Amino acid sequence: MIIKGGIVYDPANGIFGEEMDLCVDEGRMAEDGKGEVIDARGLLVMPGGVDAHSHIAGTKVNTGRIMRPDDARLGIEPRSGVCRPCTGYTVPNCYAIGYRYARMGYTTAFEAATPIIEARHTHEELEEIPILDKGALTLFGNNWEVMECVRDKDIGKLAAYVAWGLRSARGYGVKIVNPGGGEAWGFGSNVKGPNDPVPNFDVTGAEIICGLAQANEMLRLPHSIHLHFNNLGKPGNYTTALETLELLKDIKPSRMRQVVHVAHMQFSAYGGTSWRDFESKAPVIADYFNSHNHATMDLGQLLFGSATTMTADAPLEYGNARLTHNKWSNHDIELEESSGVVPMVYFRKMLVNAVQWAIGLELALLTRDPWKVLMTTDHPNGSPFINYPEVITLLMSKPKRDAEMATLHEQLPKRTSLGGIERELDWTEIAIMTRAAPARILGLVDKGHFGPGADADISIYNLRPEEIDPSRDHALVKKALAAAKYTIKSGIVVSQEGQILAAPQGRTFWVDAAVPQADMDRLMVDLQEKFEKYYSVRLSNYAVQDAYVPHPKVIRAGIQMEVA
Amino acid sequence: MIVEDAICSFCGCLCDDINVEVEEGKIKRVRHACRLGSSKILGHDRIKAPMIRRGGELCMVGYQEAYDRAAEILLRAQKPLLYGWASTVCEAQKKGILLAEEVGGVLDSTATVCHGPSVIGIEEKGLPGATLGQVKNRADTIVFWGCNPAEAHPRHSLRYSSNVCGRFTPEGRAGRTIVVVDVRETRTSKTADKTVIIQPGTDYEVISALRMLVAGKGDGVPDEVGGVPKAELDGLAKTLLAARFGAVFFGLGITHSRGRYKNIDNALSLVAELNSHTKFVIMPMRGHYNVGGIGQVLAWSSGFPMSVDFTRNAPYFNPGETAACDLLAKADTDAAMIIAADAASSFPRAAVEALAKIPVIQIDPYENPTTLISEVVIPSAIAGVEAEGTAYRMDGMALRMRKLVDTSYPSDEEILSHILESVHRLQRGLER
Repeated sequence: MIIKGGIVYDPANGIFGEEMDLCVDEGRMAEDGKGEVIDARGLLVMPGGVDAHSHIAGTKVNTGRIMRPDDARLGIEPRSGVCRPCTGYTVPNCYAIGYRYARMGYTTAFEAATPIIEARHTHEELEEIPILDKGALTLFGNNWEVMECVRDKDIGKLAAYVAWGLRSARGYGVKIVNPGGGEAWGFGSNVKGPNDPVPNFDVTGAEIICGLAQANEMLRLPHSIHLHFNNLGKPGNYTTALETLELLKDIKPSRMRQVVHVAHMQFSAYGGTSWRDFESKAPVIADYFNSHNHATMDLGQLLFGSATTMTADAPLEYGNARLTHNKWSNHDIELEESSGVVPMVYFRKMLVNAVQWAIGLELALLTRDPWKVLMTTDHPNGSPFINYPEVITLLMSKPKRDAEMATLHEQLPKRTSLGGIERELDWTEIAIMTRAAPARILGLVDKGHFGPGADADISIYNLRPEEIDPSRDHALVKKALAAAKYTIKSGIVVSQEGQILAAPQGRTFWVDAAVPQADMDRLMVDLQEKFEKYYSVRLSNYAVQDAYVPHPKVIRAGIQMEVA
Repeated sequence: MIVEDAICSFCGCLCDDINVEVEEGKIKRVRHACRLGSSKILGHDRIKAPMIRRGGELCMVGYQEAYDRAAEILLRAQKPLLYGWASTVCEAQKKGILLAEEVGGVLDSTATVCHGPSVIGIEEKGLPGATLGQVKNRADTIVFWGCNPAEAHPRHSLRYSSNVCGRFTPEGRAGRTIVVVDVRETRTSKTADKTVIIQPGTDYEVISALRMLVAGKGDGVPDEVGGVPKAELDGLAKTLLAARFGAVFFGLGITHSRGRYKNIDNALSLVAELNSHTKFVIMPMRGHYNVGGIGQVLAWSSGFPMSVDFTRNAPYFNPGETAACDLLAKADTDAAMIIAADAASSFPRAAVEALAKIPVIQIDPYENPTTLISEVVIPSAIAGVEAEGTAYRMDGMALRMRKLVDTSYPSDEEILSHILESVHRLQRGLER
C-alpha cells in the first residue's frame, strides 16, 4: 500500500507537516510499498490515535451497562455490513467501542484499571472489541501483598509480586488508585491523604506509591506507575497532587520515560476549601510540570452532558452518589481493591462543572511541553471518547473557547485563567498529544509514529492543513476529526468516511517481567497462605488462562540477571 | 486420575475446590462438593442421539440433519425465542447471541423467571456489592432475606459467609450475627441468631419500616408491620447499624413475591442508606451456575442484560414485552430454542401451553419435560464437566470451568456453530 501526497505529521520522527508518501508492507511501515494506492494529496495524515487511559472493558464497565439501560438506548446502530449492532453513549457495547474509535482514526486503546482477580472478565471484553489493539493496566494500590511487602521494606519481593500479578492478569502496567483508601473502604472509611496510615496495615499511601515506583523501575517495565491521587475530586486537592509528585522526583527511571504518569489530572487540580469557593489550580499544577521532568499527565477533560463515573476509588463514587442522589453501584474486591459506578450529568450553568471544564483546557494549554500531556476524557468519567473532536477543537481555537465560555456560568472567569490564555495548539502538538506521546508514555515502540517497522496504523482526515485555519474553521475541523477519510489498522483500511469496511481482530499487549527465582520463592510462601486463608478462589484457578488472550503481544521486561 | 480444584457447575457458588476421581474416562467419585453438586457432576442417563419428531414420535437422526432442521425452524420463524443459557458456559452464550442476531430472534435467560426483578431493581438503584471473599474476610453481620442457602446453596456458609474464618473474622461463626428474614422457618433459620418471620407479600413494607428506623424516623412506623411488632423491627435495625461490615443476601422469596422489582429497589436503597452509618453490601443468590454469565455477555454484546429483542437488527429491551413468558403469554413468538434450561418445568402453566403450540428445539444433555414438547432434540456435552469455558459466580467473578472427562457429544458452542453454518447455507440458498 502507498499513501500518496499526504501532509504528514509524525513528530516522533521530526516530521511536522511535510508532503510525503507513506509505504506499508505486511501491516508495517516500510521504505517501499506496492499494491493499493490511496490518494491523500494535501490531506492531514497522522499515525493512528492511541488512547492511554480509557475505561473500555471489565467488571465496572459492564456494571455501568447493566445499571444504565437508559444509556444503551442513546447509541443504537443496527447491525450492517461487517458490523455487529451497537448500543450506548457513555457505556457503549464492545462493538461500538471498536467501531467508534476506528471512525475517529484511533487504532489503540488501553483499559485503565483492572484488579488481578477480575482480569479474566476484562480480557473477555477486550477480545470482543473489534479492530483496536489494546491492553489493560493492573491495579496494585490497595493490595494486601503489596502493602505487606512495603511495610516490610522488601522491594525485591514486591517486584516479584508485581511481575506475578501482571502475568496472572495478563496486564500491561502498574495502576495505583487512591492508595490505601480502597482498603479503608473495606470497612467504609477512607484515607485523608498520602501520609494517612492505612487501617490495619501499618503503611501509608505515600509508602505504597514509592514502593511500587521502585519496583516498577527495578522491573524496567515499559510504562511507569500510573497514578490516581488520593483526595481525587475534592476541593483543595491540588496540594495532595503536588505533595505526591514531590515524593517521586528523585526516583531514577529505568527507561527513557517519566517516573509517574498522572491519570486524569483535571480531577486533581482543584482549589478552594469547599464547592462554594471552588476554583482552578491548573496554573500551579502546570507550573510544576513545566519545572519538573519526572511526570506526565492525561487530561481527563470534562464536557457538558451525560457521563458515567467509574473508578476503583470507591469512596469517591459513594460521595458522588450522595451528592447527586443518583443510583450507586459499588464493588469491593477481596484482598485487592474496591470500586464504584455512578451516572452523572455535567451542566453548563453549574459553576463547579464549568470550572472543571476549564481546568482540563488550562492544563493542556499552560503546560508548555505537549509530550507531557495526553488528550483524554478519562472515558466515560469526564465525557465519552466520541467527543474527542470537541476537546481537540477547543484546544486549537481561542474563538471557540470564548464562544463556549460565554454560554457558561457568569462567575466562571473569576475562578479560572482560561479566558486569558491565547495559546492555540497546532497539528504537531495535537499529533503529539493523541499519538506520539501516549505511545511513548506507555512504552509502545511500534505505535504513534511512521518509522520503518512501526505498525501501519494511519489516519487520514478530510482536512487540508495548508489551507484550513483551525482557529476560525473549528466546526469543519470537528466534523472531519469525527469521521476520518481513512483509518488504516495494521495496513488494512478499516474505516472510510465514517463507514466501517473491515473489522479485523486486534492484539492484546501484556508485560512478562522476569524476576530472580529466590524472590519468587519467598513470594509464593506468602501467596499460598493468602489463598489458603483469605481468597475465595484457589490459586490454581486464579490466573488468566491463555484461552482468554488468543491474540497476545507479549512485551518482555524484568530484572537483568547477572551471568555467573 | 484425580482432577484437583475442579469447579462445580451446579449453583452460583461455583465452588472451585472440588476433587474429582476419574477412572477409564468415567467420573467415579466427587470430593468436597455438596450433594447437589456431586449428583450434577456424577451425572445420570443422557439423551443418546439427536431426534426429530415425526408423526408425533421423536425419531433418532444424525447431528447434521438436526442442525439443518433447527436452522430451518429458526429462519422460517418471524420472531423465534432463544431461551435458557443458565447452565452453559459464556463461549456458548456468545455464539447464541450471534445466532439471535442472524435469525432475528429474541434472546432471554432463566433470569426472567428468577432474578430478573433483581436486574430491574439494579437498573433503578445500582448494586452496592462486593466479592464473596470480601464477605468472608470482613462481614460480622449477615442477613439472608427470602433465601434458604442451607438447602439451595449448601456450601455458601462454609466457603463465603456464616461459618468461614477470614482475616478480620478469625472466630468464624462465633464472631458473626446471622439474621434470617423469611415467611417461615427454614433450615437456614434454624442456625440463625435472629429470625424474623414476616407475612407473605409484605417484604416491601418491612424494608420501608427498616429504612425509617435506620434513618432515625421510627416515630412514623406503625406498631406492627408485616405481622412483625415494631420493637422487633427496631431491634433488627439496631443490629444492622451495629455491624462493622454487613452483608445482605436475597433470593426468590423477595424477587417473586408481591412487589417484585420494587422490593429489590427498596432493599438496595436500604443498603445504600446503611452505608451512611456503617459498611454494608448486598447480593442476589444466583441459582444456576452461570446465569450470571449470560447477563454479563449480553450486556457487553448488546448493552442489555436480559430479554433482548434482535428482530429489528438493533437490540431492543423492554421487559414485560420482550421477556420469554410475556412473549409466550401473548403468542408473540412462533418458534423457540431452549438451551441449557428446562422451560417446561419452570415456566407458568400458560406459558408452557403456549410453548407446546410452536416448534421447539431443545439443546440439552438430559431428557426433561421440555423434551416432551420438542420437535428437534440435540444432545450436548455437559458444560463444566465435559466441556471447558467461562462462568460468572453470583458475585460477578469469572472463573474457567475445567473439562473433567472426554465425551463424544458436541459442546453447546459447537452445536450452535453448526446451526449457524446451516443458517448461513440456507440464507445463501434463499438469496439465489
